[in-house]
Amino acid sequence: MTVEAKLGQVANYVDERTGAAAFLKKSLKKVFPDHWSFLLGEVALYSFVILLLSGTFLTFWFDPSMREVVYEGAYQPLEGVKMSAAYASALHISFEVRGGLLMRQIHHWAALIFMAAIVAHLLRVFFTGAFRKPREGNWIIGVGLLTLGIVEGFLGYSLPDDLLSGTGIRIAEAIIQAIPVVGSYLSYFAFGGVFPGELFIPRIYIVHVLLLPGAFLALITVHLMLVWYQKHTQYPGPGRTEKNVVGYQLMPMYMAKAGGFFFIVFGVTAFLAAVASINPIWLYGPYTPAQISAGSQPDWYMGWLDGLVRMAPPIETYFFGYTVSWNILIPGLIIPGILFTGMALYPFIESWITGDKREHHLLDRPRNAPNRTALGAMSLTFMMVTLINGGNDLIATHFDLSINQIMWGTRFGVLILPPLAFIITKRLCLSLQRADRELVLHGRETGRLLRMPSGEFVEVHEPISPEKAFILTSHEQMPALDLPAVDARGVKRAGALKNKLRARLSKANAEAVPKVSVEDLKEIENH
Amino acid sequence: MSSQLEPIKDPGLPAHVHRKTDTDPKAADRAERQVAAMFGISALGTVLLIISYVFIPDDVFVFIPIMGNQNAHQLGLGLGMAIALFFIGLGAIHWAKTLMPDQEVVMQRHEFRSPEQDRKDFVDTVKEGAASSGLGRRSLIKRSLGAALGLSALSPILLLRDLGPLPGPEQKKTNWKSGTYLVTDPGDRRIKASDLEVGSVAQVMPEFADPKDRHLDDIAKDALLLIRLRPSEFNLEPDRLAMTHEGIIAFSKICSHMGCAVALYEQTTKHLLCPCHQSTFDVTRAAKVIFGPAARPLPQLDITVDDEGYLIARKPFSEPVGPSFWGREKS
Amino acid sequence: MKRISRFRRHKAAAPLLLIFALLGIGGTFSVASATTANEMSAVERSTLIEEGRQIFLKGCSSCHGLNAEGVSVAPSLIGVGAASVDFQVGTGRMPMADMSTQAMRKAPVYNDEEVAALAAYVASLAPGPEIPGMELLNFERDGSTAEGGELFRNNCAMCHNFAGQGGALTQGKYAPTVMGVLPKHIYEAMVTGPQAMPVFNDKTITPEEKLSIIKWIKSAEAEPNLGGASLGRVGPVTEGLLAWTLGLGLLIGVAVWLATKAK
Repeated sequence: MTVEAKLGQVANYVDERTGAAAFLKKSLKKVFPDHWSFLLGEVALYSFVILLLSGTFLTFWFDPSMREVVYEGAYQPLEGVKMSAAYASALHISFEVRGGLLMRQIHHWAALIFMAAIVAHLLRVFFTGAFRKPREGNWIIGVGLLTLGIVEGFLGYSLPDDLLSGTGIRIAEAIIQAIPVVGSYLSYFAFGGVFPGELFIPRIYIVHVLLLPGAFLALITVHLMLVWYQKHTQYPGPGRTEKNVVGYQLMPMYMAKAGGFFFIVFGVTAFLAAVASINPIWLYGPYTPAQISAGSQPDWYMGWLDGLVRMAPPIETYFFGYTVSWNILIPGLIIPGILFTGMALYPFIESWITGDKREHHLLDRPRNAPNRTALGAMSLTFMMVTLINGGNDLIATHFDLSINQIMWGTRFGVLILPPLAFIITKRLCLSLQRADRELVLHGRETGRLLRMPSGEFVEVHEPISPEKAFILTSHEQMPALDLPAVDARGVKRAGALKNKLRARLSKANAEAVPKVSVEDLKEIENH
Repeated sequence: MSSQLEPIKDPGLPAHVHRKTDTDPKAADRAERQVAAMFGISALGTVLLIISYVFIPDDVFVFIPIMGNQNAHQLGLGLGMAIALFFIGLGAIHWAKTLMPDQEVVMQRHEFRSPEQDRKDFVDTVKEGAASSGLGRRSLIKRSLGAALGLSALSPILLLRDLGPLPGPEQKKTNWKSGTYLVTDPGDRRIKASDLEVGSVAQVMPEFADPKDRHLDDIAKDALLLIRLRPSEFNLEPDRLAMTHEGIIAFSKICSHMGCAVALYEQTTKHLLCPCHQSTFDVTRAAKVIFGPAARPLPQLDITVDDEGYLIARKPFSEPVGPSFWGREKS
Repeated sequence: MKRISRFRRHKAAAPLLLIFALLGIGGTFSVASATTANEMSAVERSTLIEEGRQIFLKGCSSCHGLNAEGVSVAPSLIGVGAASVDFQVGTGRMPMADMSTQAMRKAPVYNDEEVAALAAYVASLAPGPEIPGMELLNFERDGSTAEGGELFRNNCAMCHNFAGQGGALTQGKYAPTVMGVLPKHIYEAMVTGPQAMPVFNDKTITPEEKLSIIKWIKSAEAEPNLGGASLGRVGPVTEGLLAWTLGLGLLIGVAVWLATKAK
C-alpha cells in the first residue's frame, strides 16, 4: 500500500470515531502567511517544549531539599564542603549523570532563548500593530506569558542553590519585605520563617515544575487557539487585503516547515549547550549568606530590573514610625508594575486615542504608525539603559570605565534618552513616509545623468513597480478625532479634561506626511 | 473607507513563478538527494552521540582553538545531538521549499462580528436571561452572593496561614550578645585585637559552643566584617568611636539595602562596596552611604576585648541588621 | 567515582583531537617557577642592599623620596617589607607608567636579581613581611582545595569574582584577575595588601589557609572547560549576550531562509 493510501485510512479511521472530517479538512487547508518574523513566536513555543523535555530529565535526579549534606561527589574542588542537597544533586547531574550537564545546559540555554524569543515576538507584534482588534485578548495573554516567563526563569536559576542563585533569592526576599504593611508577613510565609530557612527551595520547586508550567500550558493553548481561530495577520502587499489570508496551507507546506523548524530550534539549543558553558554552578560554590561574588547579576531578562534597582535614589521614609523603602519599592515593584500594566492595556489605550474600533488583519509598516513606533523605541531605550546599568561592573572593567560614571550616566540617561528616542524615532518615521511619497511620485533615482538640450543635467528617475507603489500607498491615514470641548448646543461636555487629553493625543497620533493621493498622481501625469 | 480612495490599484497577487524543481526533473531529483543527504547527516549526528556516550570517558579533554580545553564527552554528546536534530529540521524545510507545491493560496476572512440579526438576538438572550434571573431587581440576592463569593476567597488565604510563623522578635535580633567572642569564618578561632594589623580585614562570626549548630539562618544575620584602621583616620561621633577598639571597627556584613554580603573593602579609600547594587559605605564615618541605592549605614557592633585580649561584643546590635522592612523602627 | 578528579590526557585524546580540532593546534600554558634564594652571608647581604639602594635611587626615588620616606604622590616604603617590593616590582606594577590609573600588572621592568636587591634594600629600612620561601609555598602538599575554595569565596570572591577573574571597584579601580599569578605573589598580596586590597593577617587566615587559597586558585586556573567555552567565567551577562546573538541570531537566520521562496 502506498503512503498516501495508508494516511487516507488513518483519516478515515479518525473520522469514523469523531465525525470531525469537516473540521479537520478545513484545518488542514488552513492558510498561514510566510514571513521570518512570524516565526519568532514559534521559537518561543518550541523552546517551551524543549524546556519541558529537558526539565523532566533533570527532575529524575534533582533533589529539591535544603537539607545540609557533605559533598562527596566527583567534583574534587568541592569535596567535603557542606552544602544543600539541592546543590549536591545539581552537581551530581552535572558530573555523574552522563549527558546530565548537557541537559542542564540545554535547559538553561533554552530558557534564555525562550525569553529572548518572547521579547522579539512581542516587539514584532507591537511594531506592526498586530495587537489591534480583534487580537487585544491575545496580546494580554502574551503579556501574561512574558511575566510568567520572568518569574519561572528566576525560580529556575534559583533552584540549584548555588552562591549566585542564593544571592538572587536574598534580593527577592528584600523586595518582598519592602512591601508596606504585609512585607514581613509575606516573607515569613514564603520562607517558612526567617531567611533562608529550609523550605524555600522545595516550595519554589513545585511552583517551577508544576504550577507555572501548568499555567503556561493553559495560556499557550488559548494563545494558539486564538491565532488559529482568528487566523494570522499578514503584511500588506499586492493581493493581500483585510478580507483574506495569503500563504501556504497547513498540509503539507506549513507542517513541514514548522515541524522542521522545531528541530532547528532544538538543534541550535543543543549546539549552544555543547559549545558554551552556562551557569557553571560548581564554580559558584554553595550558597551561604555571608559570601558574594563580584559581578553578581541575574539572567538577562531580569537585568533591567537589577539595573533599575542599582540606579535607584537612596530614599527611605518613615510613616508613623514604620519604614517605607522607596529605594526598593520604586524600582522593584512600582516601575515594573506600571510598565507591565501599561503594556497590557496598550491596545485599549491606542484604540481610545485613535477612536478606531474596526478589525485589523493587515499589519502596519512601523513608519506608518509613527507614534506607536516612537513609543516602542522609547520603551526599548528605557530597557537598554537599565540593562546596561545591570551589567555596569562588567562594562566598567572591560571598557576602562568606572561604575560610578556608568551609574550616573544611566541615572540621567534613563530620564533623558527615552524621550529623545521618542522624538528621533517619530521624526525618522515621518522622514521615511516622505521618502515613500517621493518614491511613488518621482520614482527611484537611477544615478544616471542626462543632459538636457539647455545644457542642464538632470538625474533620470525610474518609476517603481506597481506592486511597490501599491505597498507604499495602500495604508490608511486616520484623521485626528474631532472632540470639541462643547457640544452642538454650546454646553460643556462631561469629562472635559479627559476629552482634551484625548484630542491632543489623537492629534499627535494623526501627524503624518500625506500619502500620495489620486490628485497627486493626476498632477504628475499632467506635467 | 471612502475617503481612503486607493490611489494605486491593487495589482493583485503576483503570478506564480515556477521553481527550477518544478520544471526540471533533474533539479527535482537533485533536491531530493540534498534532502536525503541532510537526513543522512542527521543520522551521523546520532552515531556521534552514541559513540560519545559509550566510548569517550568523561575525563578526556581536547584543545579547541578559541574555546580552550573542552571535555570531549560533553562536546561529542552535544554536537552529536545538535547535528542529529538540526539536520532533520534543515532537511524538512529544504524538502518543503523545493519539492512541495509552493503556489500561494488565498483564504477568505470573515468579520468576527455576526450578522446584525444574530448579534441582536444573542444580546437580547443575554439580557433576557439576566432579567429573568432577577439579578437586577433582587438586589438582596446580588449583594449577598457578592459577599459570599468574596468571603469564600478568604478560605485559601486562611488555609495558607501555616506556611510560616508570624514575624517575631527574632526578626530584629542576632546571635551577638554582650560578651560573645568574635571567631574567624571559616576556622572558628577567637581573634586577639593584636592579631589584626592596620589595613587588614577579617570575616567573623559569633562564637557557637558547637560550630555545627550554626545554620544559614544564623549566618544570614550574624556575618560581621572587622576592619582595622589607624584610630586617627576615624571621623566618628564620640558614641560611635567608643564602639571601636583601638582602630578596629565592626560592621554587619549584610547590606542594609537588599541583604547581599558587603565586603569589598578598599584599603586606600576606606570604602566598602556592595557588589550587588554598588552601594558604597564610608568606613571612617560609621559606614555612611556615599553612593548607590542603600539608604542606611551598615549597623555597627560595639566591640571590646576580654582580659586576655580576645575580641568580644560589648553589646548586641542596637538595630536590626539587613534590609529594611515595614516594622523596622527608625534608627 | 572520581571521574573528574584529575584532568589527565587520555590515550584517545590524540585521535579525538584530530576529529575536534577545527583549526591549528593547542598551546599549553606553563607557569615558570621562581628560583630559590640561598642563604647568604652578611657581606653578600650588605652588597645586595647597596645594589638595591642604587637601583632605588635611579628608578624609584623620584616618587618615593630619596630615603623611601614617601612624598605626596607616593607612599612611604619604610616598613612595607620585602614581600611588598617583591610583589609590586615582581609583577611589574612598580614602577608605575601612568600615575592616573591603578598600578597594573605588566612585564616587570627589573629582573629577578634586581628585584631581590630592591627588596633587600627596602627590608633593611624597617622590618616588614618577608618574601615567603619556596619551602613555605608548598601548597600542593600543605593546602586543601575544598577549604581553599571556601576561604576564597569568603574573603576574595567579592572583589576577584567567584572564579578569580577580577571585578570592578569604586571610581574606576578594579580587582585584577588572579589567574596566572605566581603562588608567591598571591601569598605576598594577602600579607601586604597592595593598592586597594586589604591585608589578610596570618592569625585570621593562617599560612596553611593561605596555601589552601593558592591551591584552589591554581586548581581553578587549571580546570578545563567542563561544559564548553567558559564565556569569561563572569556570570550571566555574557550568557545573555550569546543567547541573543548566536542563539536567536542563528534561529532568525534559519527563519529568513525558511521564508524565502526557492528559486
